[in-house]
Amino acid sequence: MTDNNFILEVKNLCVFYGGIQAVKDISFGIKKGEIITLIGATGAGKSTTLRAISGLLKPREGEILLEGRSLKNIPPYEVVKKGISHAPEGRKIFANLTVRENLELGAYLRRDKPAIGQDMERVFGLFPRLKERIKQNAGTLSGGEQQMLAIGRALMSAPKLLLLDEPSLGLAPLLVKAIFEVIKEINAKGVSIILVEQNAYQALKIAARGYVLETGKITMTVTAEDLVTNEELRKAYLGG
Amino acid sequence: MQEFLQQLVNGVSWGSIYALIALGYTMVYGVLQLINFAHGDVFMLGAFFGFYFSRWTKIAQEPTLFGFFATLLFAMAACALVGVIIERAAYKPLRERPRLTALITAIGVSLLLENGGQLLFGVDPKFFPSLISETRLYESANLVISNLPVIILVVSLALMLLLRFIVMKTTIGKAMRATAFNREAAALMGINTNNVISFTFLLGSALAGAGGILVALTYPKIDPLMGLLPGLKAFVAAVLGGIGNIPGAVLGGMILGVSETMVAGYISSTLRDAIAFALLVVILLVKPTGLLGSRVGEKV
Ligand SMILES: Nc1ncnc2c1ncn2[C@@H]1O[C@H](COP(=O)(O)OP(=O)(O)O)[C@@H](O)[C@H]1O
Ligand SMILES: [Mg+2]
Repeated sequence: MTDNNFILEVKNLCVFYGGIQAVKDISFGIKKGEIITLIGATGAGKSTTLRAISGLLKPREGEILLEGRSLKNIPPYEVVKKGISHAPEGRKIFANLTVRENLELGAYLRRDKPAIGQDMERVFGLFPRLKERIKQNAGTLSGGEQQMLAIGRALMSAPKLLLLDEPSLGLAPLLVKAIFEVIKEINAKGVSIILVEQNAYQALKIAARGYVLETGKITMTVTAEDLVTNEELRKAYLGG
Repeated sequence: MQEFLQQLVNGVSWGSIYALIALGYTMVYGVLQLINFAHGDVFMLGAFFGFYFSRWTKIAQEPTLFGFFATLLFAMAACALVGVIIERAAYKPLRERPRLTALITAIGVSLLLENGGQLLFGVDPKFFPSLISETRLYESANLVISNLPVIILVVSLALMLLLRFIVMKTTIGKAMRATAFNREAAALMGINTNNVISFTFLLGSALAGAGGILVALTYPKIDPLMGLLPGLKAFVAAVLGGIGNIPGAVLGGMILGVSETMVAGYISSTLRDAIAFALLVVILLVKPTGLLGSRVGEKV
């Protein structure tokens, strides 16, 4: 029996690249309104997990359920329609398109023009810098601004569930802090979030729980308190 | 001076046809990183579609502007359909395969169209009806400007402007540009990239079809292998401008058309066909990304 409170459940997921298994039988879930985080070193399988959820990769085994319904064989462009938005690793903004066009593409499947306009204003509320640069080609933005655009673009599909892959990567500490604040704000508006981070400490501080991935396996489920109470854990897994 | 003007008019008119064909190469390359070697043969089909259409509809019997545009539209629509069928049948199944596989398939499709064309239309050339009666717009001692190069230029420019509007201003155009930049990221926006790729073939093939009709206006001898050389040259034009770059294809086509007619006019007409390949060698040595081709990278 599926618990209706889960927006997304991942069950015994196995993902391969050719003959190489990148994700090994992992299971986890996220309830409506939660932030959870996947943490782990480079190559642990975090991005692969997100790419399987958004339909970019086909799992070899296991199930992914969105509100109890399987996403099996659903192509990425339909996964978006069902309410999952994925801001991929490395931002992947459209550098040859303007900031406005990038945001419009985020709302590609939507036809409700007034609501799209409102959502664009909300994105500008979160990231006023983007509004100033609305006509610029996205490729001319700074790294931090590109990250804002990637998150803003992902919000434009009005998702129920947002997948964020290393949003703080390569940003200055002050910007990292700002991005984490925005993530909290987005979540406060009711969007569930799966946050992939190497910045484990920061991520756990805003997440209900974190799943530690090591070479494709979930080895532990942790919370921010665990970090405080368990020094060994902190040292061993989270480098803090 | 007047002779120069004469060459320029002819060169620009040829150049605009190269540009029309080059656009298809460059757009397909943009979304698939595939050089669609069958593209020149779609251009050939455009001429034949126009030939049969104007015969069956009796448009060929008397030149009228309406007849010309009807033939043009028919050839464009038929070529668009052929382009989409080629993409769905030959290239789509190979989407996740190495690029070389698709490239070899493209050569195969090209051979299929050429040999199929010989089978269907016959090996001997056919004579394309004069859909537009040639008149002289301007005449002096050594400058004659007929209406044909002007019509070719105007029609090509109109089609290019239309293309520009589609690519820059419409939703599907935005989706095309996004897909060309990064197919996975485009899919994450909810774009059905397979449809976008088909649409790109549709646009490119329609333009090639128009090119076939326009060429046949001035060179009415059409045969199933007529796409070979213009196809190759338009490909050079696309590389010259920067493959994947739409304004680049137009620029490359114009440069090629003008330099060809200039060389033919002032040096030797036997050198005409060599120019394209000389330009190709030079550009690959000096600026391998082509005149306008350089991508804005993603910042870290
Ligand atoms: N496109 C790919 N082809 C083959 N192997 C890949 C590919 N992408 C990732 N991998 C491998 O899969 C494993 C997990 O990678 P990834 O999910 O990107 O890890 P993470 O996001 O945790 O850094 C790594 O061993 C990586 O080398
Ligand atoms: Mg990763």
